[in-house]
Amino acid sequence: MEEKRENKDGSSFPQGSVGIVKPQDFRFAPGEELQLDCGRRLRDVVIRYETYGTLAPDKSNVILVEHALSGDAHLAGYHSVSDKKPGWWEDMVGPGKPLDTDKFFILCSNILGGCSGTTGPGSIDPDTGKPYHMTFPVITIADMVRAQKHLLDFLGIGKLLAVVGGSMGGMLAIQWPISYPDMVESCLAIATSSKISPQSIAFNWIGREAIMSDPTWKNGDYEEQPQKGLSIARMLAHVTYLSDQSMSRKFGRKLQTAEDYSFKFDMDFSVESYLNHQGMRFVERFDANSYLYITRAIDYFDVSDSADGDEHKVFAHVKCPFLVVSFSSDWLFPPYQARELARLLLENGNDVTCCDIKSNYGHDAFLLEYETLGRLVRGFLTNLQKEVCSK
Amino acid sequence: MKIARNPANAEPILSRSDLVMIADMIPENAKVLDLGCGSGRLLRVLKARKNAKIMGAELDQEKIIRCVDRGVPVIQADLNEPLSLFADNSYDYVILSRTLQAVRRPDLILQEMLRIGGRGIISIMNFGQLDARLQLLFGNMPVTKRLPLKWYETPNIHPGMLSDFRDMCREKGIRILKELPVSQHRDFMRFLAPVWPNLLASNAIFVISK
Repeated sequence: MEEKRENKDGSSFPQGSVGIVKPQDFRFAPGEELQLDCGRRLRDVVIRYETYGTLAPDKSNVILVEHALSGDAHLAGYHSVSDKKPGWWEDMVGPGKPLDTDKFFILCSNILGGCSGTTGPGSIDPDTGKPYHMTFPVITIADMVRAQKHLLDFLGIGKLLAVVGGSMGGMLAIQWPISYPDMVESCLAIATSSKISPQSIAFNWIGREAIMSDPTWKNGDYEEQPQKGLSIARMLAHVTYLSDQSMSRKFGRKLQTAEDYSFKFDMDFSVESYLNHQGMRFVERFDANSYLYITRAIDYFDVSDSADGDEHKVFAHVKCPFLVVSFSSDWLFPPYQARELARLLLENGNDVTCCDIKSNYGHDAFLLEYETLGRLVRGFLTNLQKEVCSK
Repeated sequence: MKIARNPANAEPILSRSDLVMIADMIPENAKVLDLGCGSGRLLRVLKARKNAKIMGAELDQEKIIRCVDRGVPVIQADLNEPLSLFADNSYDYVILSRTLQAVRRPDLILQEMLRIGGRGIISIMNFGQLDARLQLLFGNMPVTKRLPLKWYETPNIHPGMLSDFRDMCREKGIRILKELPVSQHRDFMRFLAPVWPNLLASNAIFVISK
């Protein structure tokens, strides 16, 4: 039986959980503006974030965690006692866990352009008093990082012991030391890449086409979500997160309900029903316009842009150590992309550890292989903290 | 600075005599790459005692995790493939200890070592040691305390003798700067090994350059 911990309010959560966490909102001060790569500026920006653990008096124990495309600031724990599911990285974040809340002050913020509390295309444009929708500026990964810098300034945090992220979150993690080399003491880039491959751009394009060709999208001015388009985009993306092996193992050629083929075009197979379910659930929690903006930001991600296209100069000012992790069956961010990042860092003289974890789970492995990943992360952070303390 | 086998402040220690000798050879502040670094013992010693700028290359995931636990940076790499992650002349020393006999092309890895680093340090097992020779003479591939696995299960696909190694270096235009015969700590032959290394040394360390 799972051990339970009694909480103050009499409720109980599994041992090792941070328990109840409360999301917080940071709002830009009057006159404070966010400069964007496209040239435009945003004001009245709101950033939703959550924190876990205790900030050390000298603020030396801050770890910033970056979420993936469809993730949010809710990293671990529960929002209420009736909350059924914990945050998305519950296995990694908590007391005694690899991202140990007994040692570290962990911060996760919802990204710019998102739909979980931070300013995005669904937010009100202060200039018009109406939602931005498609008038929201096209943003980049570096813009998302710049927005987070405003949050850290507000919190008075000048150093990050580590920036950690998987998938798109890994891009933010890589961008952080490039944008703010003096603030970042280490980077953990998981299942990610220093530049997005044409294959990923292609999948993002198809996903956006599905959304934008749904008549209920109405050029972004919908009141009800373009369900069909967004769910198709999600189903397609979801396949790219799995692997041939994991799908074979999970579904095989199992039929969902009937004993035999329907000889119609209904959902005969388990895998069809699963994808359909994933698509429908996504529509309930994720905004279609946010999906357009965030996938575009991913497409534009190429670290060499920050050095006028010269990849050899990208990390010139970056001195911190890196932990680069890939997963053997990940075909969205294949292991060669991690090695490519490691090569650039080695060339630059950084301490790099690069490990390709054996896994059948495809890209989703960064959420599922928490035992192996956790050992790497724990070892890396423990040594890092020793070194930072002895400086 | 000499690295004692069992120093007073006993951490970290190297138990293998060839690793102790290799560690002694590396000057302070050198940039060192250890190919097949295992769980990072040698590199950790080099970092602690010689302030070396260290990097490991290892294929095995479990060993990589142990490197990370030790604070040793490591890149996952297969020594049977070109080591293209590592740039030309990017290290002072490239180390390969007791691995040469297990790679598919020993000659190619030596060339890779000298592409990446100015000096190569190789510790090799001597398959021409007396006990192995005797077994060969009686008509079997050697199985000894040092080489406990039979010919069909051993990872040592290229058994070679010290003289074979010297010949290969000559053929490939690789200079041998130093040769040190090694025998294990409690090996009774350790005093005789330097006298007749081909026959009596269990291992040898070679320092090579282009």
